[in-house]
Amino acid sequence: MDLFALTAHEILELLANGKVLPDEVETSVRGRINAVNPRTNAFIRTYQENKTPANAMPIPIGIKDNICVKGRPVTCASAILKDFCPPYDAAVIEKIKASGGVILGSLNMDEFAFGSSTESSSKGIVHNPWDLERVPGGSSGGSAAAVAAGEAIWALGSDTGGSIRQPASFCGVVGLKPTYGRVSRYGLVAFGSSLDQIGPITRDVTDCARLLSIISGFDRRDSTSVDLPVPDYALGLRRDVRGLRIGIPKEYFIGGIEPAVEKAVRAAVEFFRKEGAVIKDISLPHTEYAVATYYIVATAEASSNLARFDGVEYGLRVLPDKPRKTGIVDMYEETRARGFGDEAKRRIMLGTYVLSAGYYDAYYLRALKARTLIKNDLDKAFTDCDIILSPTAPTTAFKIGEKTSDPLSMYLSDIFTIPANLAGIPAISLPCGFDAGGLPIGMQLMGAPFAEEKLLSTAYAYEQANGWHSRKAQL
Amino acid sequence: MITNDTVKYIASLSRLHIDDADLSRFGGELQNILQYVDKLSELDVSNVPPTSHVFRVENVFREDTILPSLSPVEAFSFAIESHDGHYKVPKVIE
Repeated sequence: MDLFALTAHEILELLANGKVLPDEVETSVRGRINAVNPRTNAFIRTYQENKTPANAMPIPIGIKDNICVKGRPVTCASAILKDFCPPYDAAVIEKIKASGGVILGSLNMDEFAFGSSTESSSKGIVHNPWDLERVPGGSSGGSAAAVAAGEAIWALGSDTGGSIRQPASFCGVVGLKPTYGRVSRYGLVAFGSSLDQIGPITRDVTDCARLLSIISGFDRRDSTSVDLPVPDYALGLRRDVRGLRIGIPKEYFIGGIEPAVEKAVRAAVEFFRKEGAVIKDISLPHTEYAVATYYIVATAEASSNLARFDGVEYGLRVLPDKPRKTGIVDMYEETRARGFGDEAKRRIMLGTYVLSAGYYDAYYLRALKARTLIKNDLDKAFTDCDIILSPTAPTTAFKIGEKTSDPLSMYLSDIFTIPANLAGIPAISLPCGFDAGGLPIGMQLMGAPFAEEKLLSTAYAYEQANGWHSRKAQL
Repeated sequence: MITNDTVKYIASLSRLHIDDADLSRFGGELQNILQYVDKLSELDVSNVPPTSHVFRVENVFREDTILPSLSPVEAFSFAIESHDGHYKVPKVIE
């Protein structure tokens, strides 16, 4: 039996019945990493953490390389952090360790989570386990690829504009972006602070519920985390979808969407109709403004957050060969020029531009107002629906290199995932079929703030009846 | 229009050195993106309040109590260069 191919809940059952030992599970997963990581490049580095005495859930987990693990390198797949080792654990890492989780190492990503394909990593491109010539999506591409390839039983990602859900869709796994504030961001390297959330990437919905229960909860060190009780999400999975009101937004089924994706998602809608859900055609009229709004808000926040990487305290420090300005300014400018990749530089400059004197009102303030309109659309929809169902992405996984020369076309691949971040609402992506080339298709369910239980039980009903999650990438 | 001088100016605000050879490429890319985001000027937002945070929380206060935190030794364990509990950098004033 290949233990690396099992879900966490299957492994926990074997452990409870004494059929396997925690070490056997870890050995199996590490063996799988050695066997396939040279082809996927999902892990940037692996390491052995000291075992915690509590071992309620000794599940091998991979961590996106922007989440701090005490004493281990955290680089955001960027050269500017060099071999920085944080002196503390992120809040989610404390929780994983307390649960007995076995931390395997750091997972590849787009540099500072800037991208939708994991091609902007300074640690090499990640290859999609379903087709090694294709991208795994991004920015949590390493997390999704590792879970799909059996290199981790489950993983943590982060989602600012779709960075958990779009790679989950491209890699045929389950990914959930929690409600803003559900999970502490303490120890997550900040990208867009009003948008970022850490969330689970898993092989099925049950595991997603379990991992979400582990990492959720209030934390005094993140003043935006919300002090609400954390349910045991796995206990609430078995719920009838009869009478559930599911909204289908017409703006999410427009030109540019691949026919196979539309067909699979429409078939999922029919499944829910047959099961007794109430299907409603709805409109989210400001959807077409979401990408533009996002790329102003997210880059503005990023340009400010990334100002801290300046060669003063930690990470990389480079001085130019010949002085250009004053000593310290030369150090800032040369360190940042050498340390950041092109996409990071573009976003920092774009963010700086939209915040600069004379442009603030025209770009940044206008985008914050457009954000209100997008959020109002969703708030209004949830007075009449429990769930909004759509594709996660307009396409299946694209070819490596296909979009790298055109940043804007890359940005547009996040068109269906961005609104949930702008509105702070939870959303899950789960497999709903395969295209003719055998590539996974993902569907997205969005819910009202803190409706994670409803998202998970709806996803579970679909998953159990359709079984797409049991198909595995062959490597 | 994003000219090479504009790129140079934004780069300097961003504390980024951009080689002269790359100015027009970055300028073109930024121009394309700005042209796209200009879409927002179609919207009438005159009576719309801005959303900078999704939930209306303001000024989250807590008791000012002393709790364990990193020791200076731990805090400087990752420093590029330090001296007597300070970060050391090149000369600030010539």
